[in-house]
Amino acid sequence: MTARIGVVTFPGSLDDRDTQRAIRLAGAEPVALWHKDKDLKQVDAVVLCGGFSYGDYLRAGAIARFSPVMEPLIEQAKAGLPVLGICNGFQILTEAHLLPGTMLRNNHLHFICRDQKLRVENAETAWTSDYTAGQEIHIPLKNIDGQYVADQHTLDTLESEGRVAFRYLDVNPNGSNNDIAGVANEAGNVVGLMPHPEHAVEPLIGTGRTDGLPFFTSILKKLVNA
Amino acid sequence: MARVVVDVMLKPEILDPQGQAVQRALPRLGFEGISDVRQGKRFELEVDGPVDEAALARIHDLAESFLANTVIEDFTVRVEEVAEAVK
Amino acid sequence: MSRTPLDTVEHAAATPDVELPWAELGLKKDEYERVVEILGRRPTGAELAMYSVMWSEHCSYKSSKVHLRQFGEKAPENDAMLVGIGENAGVVDVGQGYAVTFKVESHNHPSYVEPYQGAATGVGGIVRDIIAMGARPVAVVDPLRFGAADHPDTKRVLPGVVAGIGGYGNCLGLPNIGGEVVFDSCYQGNPLVNAGCIGVMRHEDIHLAKASGAGNKVILYGARTGGDGIGGASILASETFDDAKPSKRPAVQVGDPFQEKLLIECTLEAFREKLVVGIQDLGAAGLSCATSELASNGSGGMRVTLDDVPLRDSTLSPEEILMSESQERMCAVVEPGKVDRFLEICEKWDVIATVIGEVTDGDRLEIYWHGGKIVDVDPRTVAHEGPVYERPYARPSWQDALQADDANKLPRPATSEELKDQVLKLVGSPNQASKSWITSQYDHFVQGNTVLAQPEDSGMIRIDEETGLGVALATDGNGRYAKLDPYTGAQLALAEAYRNVATTGAKPLAVSDCLNFGSPEDPAVMWQFAEAVRGLADACQQLGTPVTGGNVSLYNQTGEAAIHPTPVVAVLGVIDDVARRTPVAFQEEGQLLYLLGDTREEFGGSAWSQVVHDHLGGLPPKVDLERERLLAEILIAASRDGMIDSAHDLSDGGLIQAVVESALLGGKGARLIVPDGLDAFTFLFSESAGRAVVAVPRSEEVRFNDMCGARGLPATRIGVVDGDSVDVQGEFTLSLTELREIHEGTIPALLA
Repeated sequence: MTARIGVVTFPGSLDDRDTQRAIRLAGAEPVALWHKDKDLKQVDAVVLCGGFSYGDYLRAGAIARFSPVMEPLIEQAKAGLPVLGICNGFQILTEAHLLPGTMLRNNHLHFICRDQKLRVENAETAWTSDYTAGQEIHIPLKNIDGQYVADQHTLDTLESEGRVAFRYLDVNPNGSNNDIAGVANEAGNVVGLMPHPEHAVEPLIGTGRTDGLPFFTSILKKLVNA
Repeated sequence: MARVVVDVMLKPEILDPQGQAVQRALPRLGFEGISDVRQGKRFELEVDGPVDEAALARIHDLAESFLANTVIEDFTVRVEEVAEAVK
Repeated sequence: MSRTPLDTVEHAAATPDVELPWAELGLKKDEYERVVEILGRRPTGAELAMYSVMWSEHCSYKSSKVHLRQFGEKAPENDAMLVGIGENAGVVDVGQGYAVTFKVESHNHPSYVEPYQGAATGVGGIVRDIIAMGARPVAVVDPLRFGAADHPDTKRVLPGVVAGIGGYGNCLGLPNIGGEVVFDSCYQGNPLVNAGCIGVMRHEDIHLAKASGAGNKVILYGARTGGDGIGGASILASETFDDAKPSKRPAVQVGDPFQEKLLIECTLEAFREKLVVGIQDLGAAGLSCATSELASNGSGGMRVTLDDVPLRDSTLSPEEILMSESQERMCAVVEPGKVDRFLEICEKWDVIATVIGEVTDGDRLEIYWHGGKIVDVDPRTVAHEGPVYERPYARPSWQDALQADDANKLPRPATSEELKDQVLKLVGSPNQASKSWITSQYDHFVQGNTVLAQPEDSGMIRIDEETGLGVALATDGNGRYAKLDPYTGAQLALAEAYRNVATTGAKPLAVSDCLNFGSPEDPAVMWQFAEAVRGLADACQQLGTPVTGGNVSLYNQTGEAAIHPTPVVAVLGVIDDVARRTPVAFQEEGQLLYLLGDTREEFGGSAWSQVVHDHLGGLPPKVDLERERLLAEILIAASRDGMIDSAHDLSDGGLIQAVVESALLGGKGARLIVPDGLDAFTFLFSESAGRAVVAVPRSEEVRFNDMCGARGLPATRIGVVDGDSVDVQGEFTLSLTELREIHEGTIPALLA
């Protein structure tokens, strides 16, 4: 058996097909979800992919967060459904208050596209168990609103509870607090990050590395073994 | 000290994709009866010294040459009384 | 609101003496008289609006047409060509049932006025051209030219243009995989913002801009129509309305990439369900262009009710609606039975769609407003039978003196120390420096098929995940060469793009071009244009790569000063398996460096002459197209058979520039030996065409040498990949750290 992983397409989603490909390459079955869907088609996990949903007008993720599909998603995520938010998906998860903090415009104000070095800080979440804690990986980063900020109390909580999932190494590309690239919720089923693991799953393509594949094999193993 | 507020808006005839996206989202959220939304920028300038005509003229120049892109944007300049913060 | 009677066809016929502002709309007297002759009466205001905008230089190519014909007349036999010049974009067969469409266009003037929006809408326009062929856009490229890098206005224009390209393209989900950034003071008041796009489809999905089948519906979909880009039509509007209107219509169009993304998805879904008979995007000249082109390319006529066009600004007059250049709109012709489904798909994607007319069995384009017929024309006379000018041209008087000012006579470095300093100066000069500050503002990764992106010699995209089939695209142009000799300069642009495609392992197939020149009313400029077109057409014929389409941008000049003639040439190539691609970066220490081709003392128009002497004179490098073809064949074979692990074409900056780039990208240095028969200066800086540097694994050396020997391509061993510096034996050593600092520091220091 395999796992069925949903990928939501909002108007303006860009990496939906890429994310479906990554899920397929990991051996799971991608299921297309539409922003107007009122149920999640009984998927075992959901990825909110990158892009500019609704043009990222108003604030990144702010309009998408109120899509019909988000109602069952928020409810089930709170009950333990594994959810991964990549870039715009991460922004939507913070707007939906499934993850703490928010994203501001990059401190240098430019869109930036680069092969970014990260350290895996938490290898125990639903989406990171195929990594080892402290592992250094390269994942493409591409965004303009990528500066992760949260109040001091939230940052302290994230740090003390080990919920900073990924940290930028060598260069902090956008001014994020504590070099945070990604965070997890308390239960570890909801993870969000700005870099794009779905763009690091095939040799030759993009940066030519496959450091992003473990995101998708982690969740597959978890679901299949469950 | 006084505060001068510069509001910068896209000219009425210029397409405002941002306002449009917000406007279109409103019915979905149950807010009816809003026929148009336009989004702009507000700058609050804290001015040292008196805000006299000369100061306003300078701010007008500043708004025209820098804060607004007059190819596509209009702006207004107004003085705002700053209430003393109550401690 | 009080108003004068609607200027209907009937009204126009009854009032022959009404004066119309044809001159203000840019028509010449004889052009206006021809309109009257065609119609057999004076035009209505709406007809005048349509003719004036469709007969403009931009839409009618009236000055360039007589020369552009050569691209058809000299087109080489090429089985790959599926759709040629004249459609929105050309289409090429790349095998396995796939067809690829690509095109480069200019958005120069708008980008100078409003850099961000000008560049953004440039991307939007070319992407719609590609969608209109039935293809999914898969990548964009941006050849850019700005004034001097240290000029204050460059700091206004460049960051705006780059942010606009990024802001729009990134939001559409199109990887930006190539292009160029060139600085030269000749572009100070006339930056060149060219944008290219590649689209992929199956053969059976090719769509054309034609309205056929009486009764079929004409659907306008996408953004509402506003008063964008219709400065001229307001003059007409003021004639028909007496009351106050917005004083000035915006000449600047604002792009909405989110709307365009929806337009892409919605159009592709309609194509998948085979709902579309004909399709046209709305670009320059908006509805005037879309309706007249669709109607004149189809079998029947067309009737349009302008009242049904969804408006953003209800005060627009019919003339303004016809001329509006509001972005993100398309026009489709759909069979009546499929209209409901088409509208459903539009609704799914939140795209406004409206039936505005239908195809008729006549041969007229008729447009109605408030019940009155305001346009009744033969659409061909609007779209295709515009004026054609044989503009006078003459070789400029200064050309001889320019060519006599021989760059080969410039003082050369006298010592090794001086040679080293000039190398550093070159690799750190704005034109030769790394452009990563710019290209890192573009998304290279989206869609998950990018094999190569800038700073590689060409961008490469995988189009089939199973077989690894891919396409490569390179754009090149060198205005300095073209100024010295436009015929040769255009050929060199083609040769370089052709070589760049082959260097990555792809086989060059077809060409698109963007011809940027000054005013056609200046005989010297017209001569440059004529020579460049002749050169390009001859070279395309010889290399077997047909021109599939393109764009001409004239009047790029400030006062009397025209830009350098700048033909930008895009070459599309195909590669059977992207796993065989060859990158620029050095891969492994110990691999042998070979210089392919002949190196001569050729410094005219070179980067060295510009950077070290601020000089432009002499003759550009010689072109040998047979050699280019041979070099390409060798590079493709070597890549396919695994004989080379990296390759870099030699162009501006010469060999040293290429080696430094390969070394910095790979993080591995090189030891070079000046070959017999060459001096170090010529070896490092010459810009002879038809050359590349390749890195050959030692195990492949014999095989590689045998192949070059058998085919008669000079291959000279010039060194080895090694260490963490670039060392030229007996001359100098430069550490990669020092080179990186100077190569990567220049652009951020100037612009960040």
